[in-house]
Amino acid sequence: MRPDLQELFRMEKLPHIWCPGCGHGIIMRAIAEAIKESGIDMDKTVIVSGIGCSSRAPGYMNFDTCHTIHGRALAFATGIKLANPELNVFVITGDGDATAIGGNHFIHAARRNIDLNVILFNNNIYGMTGGQYSPLTPTGSKATTSPYGNVERNFDIPTLAIAAGASYVGRGTAYHDKLLKDLIIAGINNKGFSLIEAISMCPTSFGRRNKLGNAAKMLELQKTAAINVKAAQKLPPEKLEGKFLIGELHNKPAPEFTEEYDKLIAKLRKEAEQ
Amino acid sequence: MLGELPLDINLKHCKACGICYAICPRKALAGDKLGKVYMSDPDKCTKCGICEAHCPDYVIFVRRDKK
Ligand SMILES: Cc1ncc(C[n+]2csc(CCOP(=O)(O)OP(=O)(O)O)c2C)c(N)n1
Repeated sequence: MRPDLQELFRMEKLPHIWCPGCGHGIIMRAIAEAIKESGIDMDKTVIVSGIGCSSRAPGYMNFDTCHTIHGRALAFATGIKLANPELNVFVITGDGDATAIGGNHFIHAARRNIDLNVILFNNNIYGMTGGQYSPLTPTGSKATTSPYGNVERNFDIPTLAIAAGASYVGRGTAYHDKLLKDLIIAGINNKGFSLIEAISMCPTSFGRRNKLGNAAKMLELQKTAAINVKAAQKLPPEKLEGKFLIGELHNKPAPEFTEEYDKLIAKLRKEAEQ
Repeated sequence: MLGELPLDINLKHCKACGICYAICPRKALAGDKLGKVYMSDPDKCTKCGICEAHCPDYVIFVRRDKK
């Protein structure tokens, strides 16, 4: 590993437990690079996660970290941020953790526009428990719980986050690691709820079952299926079929929850003194 | 330094996923019998860093200070 990044990791905990070719490692490094480049104080940074393969990431990162319960990372993070608003709070979560069991916490954290940096590792599957489908498993894809193909429709998580009230939303992939890092930095600089969807890959539980090839082939697929939003604006709709958008998808500052909360307390204190 | 490879490879952490040698644009890397990475052609390496950026296990580090 690059020597200047080593202080951001609990080096003695590596190698991590993720399977060969799992995209989560690439995304974890992008987060570390973004934190390093943004220049925020590591001692005032907390990383919170739920349960899942992705949620193991904070265990390898040299910060104050919190490995919480399934789906509840955002609830813990909300408490941490509200108790001590000067902390930089990151949430690392999976597609199952954030959008299935944690779906309600997700929309309400976005609605409040609380200043959290959420990085959602989307590998389209419940990786940790062996490959059940999640709300982000594409229609038609196979999983242990959809052996004949998933009949459900999947969420487009950036669209959901925008509709719920998130002020910054972006999507990167493990292949587009530099873009991903830049989006995470932009999310850090946004005072409000930032959602960065990071497209990962699970060769073990998703790729194999859906005949997508090995890890390298799955990375290649991210490269060919992704189109930057800026490029997409100039393309006719038929050229966008089967593709997904990457880049900055939404950036609209809005009042931030902990600031509004503090303002209210200050106002009431003043009134009580008079 | 003479004989030093352009890449620092921590084989202990290599899980033989094969991403690095598939993604290398110059084919300077290859997999051994077990699928673990080695530099098959160090002269072809341009130190572009694409292998380092996409190794999920932080096995590769590009020595940028030296040619
Ligand atoms: C309350 C509760 N329900 C179910 C589980 C079982 N469980 C553990 S991880 C997981 C899914 C994780 O999937 P995801 O968030 O997509 O992460 P990944 O492992 O794919 O990175 C489930 C259902 C649990 N640990 N706790």
